[in-house]
Amino acid sequence: MAIGRIVIDEERCKGCALCTAACPKGLIRISGRLNGSGYHPAEIVDGEKCRGCALCAVMCPDVAIEVEKEAS
Amino acid sequence: MKKIFSRPRSMTDKPMHFCPGCTHGVIQRLIAEVIDDLGIQEDTIAIGPVGCAVFCYDYWDVDFQQASHGRAPAVATGVKRVHPDKVVFSLQGDGDIAAIGTTEIIHAAARGEKITCLFVNNSIYGMTGGQMAPTTVVGQKSTTTPRGRDRDLAGYPVKMTEMLSVLDGVVYAARVSVHNPANVLKAKKAIKKAFEVQLRGEGFSLVEILSTCPTNWGLSPLDAVRWLEKNMVPYFKLGEYKVPEEKKHEEIAVAEVAG
Amino acid sequence: MGKVLMKGNEAVAEAAVLSGCKYFFGYPITPQNEIPEYMSKRLPEVGGTFLQAESEISAINMVFGAAGSGARVMTSSSGPGISLKQEGISYLAGAELPCVIVNMVRGGPGLGNIGPAQSDYFQATKGGGHGDYRVIVYGPASVQELVDLTMDAFELADTYRNPVMILGDGILGQMMEPVEFSFPENSSPAPKPWSTSGARGRKRNLVTSLYIVPEELEKHCLKLKAKYDDVAAREKKHESYFADDADIILAAYGTTARICKAVVDQAREEGIRAGLIRPVSLWPFPDAPYNTAADHAAAFLAVEMSNGQMVEDVRLAVNGKKPVHFFGRTGGIVPAKAEIIAEVKKILGGGRQ
Repeated sequence: MAIGRIVIDEERCKGCALCTAACPKGLIRISGRLNGSGYHPAEIVDGEKCRGCALCAVMCPDVAIEVEKEAS
Repeated sequence: MKKIFSRPRSMTDKPMHFCPGCTHGVIQRLIAEVIDDLGIQEDTIAIGPVGCAVFCYDYWDVDFQQASHGRAPAVATGVKRVHPDKVVFSLQGDGDIAAIGTTEIIHAAARGEKITCLFVNNSIYGMTGGQMAPTTVVGQKSTTTPRGRDRDLAGYPVKMTEMLSVLDGVVYAARVSVHNPANVLKAKKAIKKAFEVQLRGEGFSLVEILSTCPTNWGLSPLDAVRWLEKNMVPYFKLGEYKVPEEKKHEEIAVAEVAG
Repeated sequence: MGKVLMKGNEAVAEAAVLSGCKYFFGYPITPQNEIPEYMSKRLPEVGGTFLQAESEISAINMVFGAAGSGARVMTSSSGPGISLKQEGISYLAGAELPCVIVNMVRGGPGLGNIGPAQSDYFQATKGGGHGDYRVIVYGPASVQELVDLTMDAFELADTYRNPVMILGDGILGQMMEPVEFSFPENSSPAPKPWSTSGARGRKRNLVTSLYIVPEELEKHCLKLKAKYDDVAAREKKHESYFADDADIILAAYGTTARICKAVVDQAREEGIRAGLIRPVSLWPFPDAPYNTAADHAAAFLAVEMSNGQMVEDVRLAVNGKKPVHFFGRTGGIVPAKAEIIAEVKKILGGGRQ
């Protein structure tokens, strides 16, 4: 059961990959898909392991990530 | 699950124009977060610069004036003198604040204008295509320093925060960076402190924020944050150069002498 | 208020205060220093703010901020300082911000000198800064007119959301004359819903001269042009002095117009039918009276403290109907009555064109 969940707005994402380095668990990668602007958006893999730390969102320059967390 | 991170209320919905991985977007968001946290969206008047942040009016939902290159602190002065009860801040790049606008920033700071200046230092001219900035570090290549900044020819980078922090009108001066999450969180704290200084009517506040320019540095966004840490942080040392407490002690000392 | 004896510079300042001007930003330069000095004393009395800026560039940008925030605001300077303000004036015009700018013109170019001059006419009326814009320009000729036109300037600035310039000179600023302030005190300008004051209970306001999309900038420039056309249709001002039957029409403004009045008086005493058409608004330039007078006058003589600037507008107004001559002194020298009369006689005697 995941503690956290992130939602990446793929159309806002410019594929810069700063979030991939920010995630302490390495759960984010750049996808092979193209978005409407021609960027490869980031995607989460192994979402079950997300702790909802929000560091990916903190680092995102395009405010493309929303984070949810289980109330502790 | 509870939403713990989403777009700040005082940001508009418009996608930002910055290049992929440019950390300027992080700074735009941090400012909006601070405006939200302090509940001042309806009492804030922002002043925009010329440079990469020229379109920042599109991203904040606050009253806004667009200044000419380097003059934001003078425009902010005019606004604040008319509306002393409002929160007035400028966002300026290194060319804006540390080259063409040095006169305006120094004197706004010296007057102790009750405004907040937020200075994005990415050590290069971004909007015009990568020319040397006043903050380009020695040895750094740009389109006008193709062999790297030569100290004999072009001198040394300007350390604005150190310079401004010695002025008596300055109450808060800090340099932060946004090259990793820990520093982003520290940057937000500094921006918040700067606004709080203004809200308390104490005087001038400045936050210099080191930021990347992957496009004009010719690096990937991930390499750019590493480059910043390796090349900018050692020269532009992070930290608080002046905090309100010092100001208080100083005033007490003066009062004692006068008394 | 009855008549009081006042220096031109101080009278301008008092007129501004009575017009509801609460903010003044400026940098010292001779020969206009009495304006900031007066404001530094007077504005705090009415709850306003005087701020001595670190440069003329800063001063005009402080004016921008205050004007964009809805205040009545003024700055003043002379020649070199007004040159420094040009960037800001272009931005003010582009962002459609009302303000009043006083130029007590001194001798140029460059550092020139501190004598009176009218050599900033081109700069004032033809742009000065970059881009397609206009500044409304008044050329007062007495201390009383400095007062009246300064008061009008604040009204016009607000009405058209445009910078208005008072183009005086070193003599007008320094001379003392009795003046009457007829404007009601406690003038309160109309609210400016477009200004920045914090977006409380309304959509946010944006004060800018940036229109990055070409179609939008063209639309903005066309809107400005329509406004300037409106100003040109409604705000031309002039004074006619014995021009109706004149054989020779003098054209002069400001200090030079005062001398030209004396020239007309003496010429008439000598049997020469001379007249004067004095532009009061320099932009928009009152072209119609010159064109009409060209139907009966034989010639025109523009007199200026410059090497010939306003004369070009007189020629455009006369539109080739009659010859337009020029006489000027520069370098801070004021043309003497005798030398202008000599010029008049030379022209009427069939002299050079």
